Amino acid sequence: MSEVFYISAAIAIMATLMAITRLNAVHALLYFIVSLLSVAVIFFILGAPFVAALEVIIYAGAIMVLFVFVVMMLSLGPQAIEQERSWLNPRIWIGPAILALILTVELTYLLLMKAGGLSGVKLVGPKAVGIALFGPYVLGVELASVLLLAGLVGAYHLGRGGKKIEEASRGVS
Amino acid sequence: MTAAVPLHHGLIVAGILFAVGLLGLLVRRNVIFILLSIEIMLNAAGLAFVVAGSKWGQVDGQIMFIFVLTMAAAEVSVGLALVLQLYHHTKTLDADSANKMRG
Repeated sequence: MSEVFYISAAIAIMATLMAITRLNAVHALLYFIVSLLSVAVIFFILGAPFVAALEVIIYAGAIMVLFVFVVMMLSLGPQAIEQERSWLNPRIWIGPAILALILTVELTYLLLMKAGGLSGVKLVGPKAVGIALFGPYVLGVELASVLLLAGLVGAYHLGRGGKKIEEASRGVS
Repeated sequence: MTAAVPLHHGLIVAGILFAVGLLGLLVRRNVIFILLSIEIMLNAAGLAFVVAGSKWGQVDGQIMFIFVLTMAAAEVSVGLALVLQLYHHTKTLDADSANKMRG
């Protein structure tokens, strides 16, 4: 079972190295998503299934989609269609696809073994995490909500457009 | 079934991922890649928390990872809004083009 850990760790490091050396942002995002998925497999076999699910849903799902949105917004130009066509070239997505396929094989193996984690590792399920999160750590949850509100207000203020911000700051001063 | 993974192997993986992220932060000049490298480093720090929490069978590591995740979400939303502003002002994503304080 610990081989699964080492294979996932190797995939994570390889995909991260590929992610920071790509010239095209979308290729880098593909490799980084594979890296996040392999870290999620590591979480799963370390006995933290709830955090593994959060890693896939929030990191690979939500945060990476934000990145993809911004990359797509910035690349709107006459060459965008040509670029889109080049992304459908198998040479681009075959690397992340192979790495993700290895992860799928690992996940299938884990599911068939009906194993929640490594043999010597205690499984810490979502129930224990929830009880601790809203018990001793409830102040941290409140602080996190304030932080998210600050992020929301900040992103809204910055996203309104340059002219309006200049006028608003001039009106204040 | 083999024995559990030693604690230091997980921490070494987290350290390597953090170092790769730091390397990317230092060598890349594209703002998108700088944000991506910050995400890699945050993820590596969260991995270290979960590995240490799993070693002792406690929930605190996972809870710290949830807080790191929240922080990463807030940081990336503001960061990407800043990237859009930079692109509107300078028409480029080069971080070196934003070295003037003059608006």
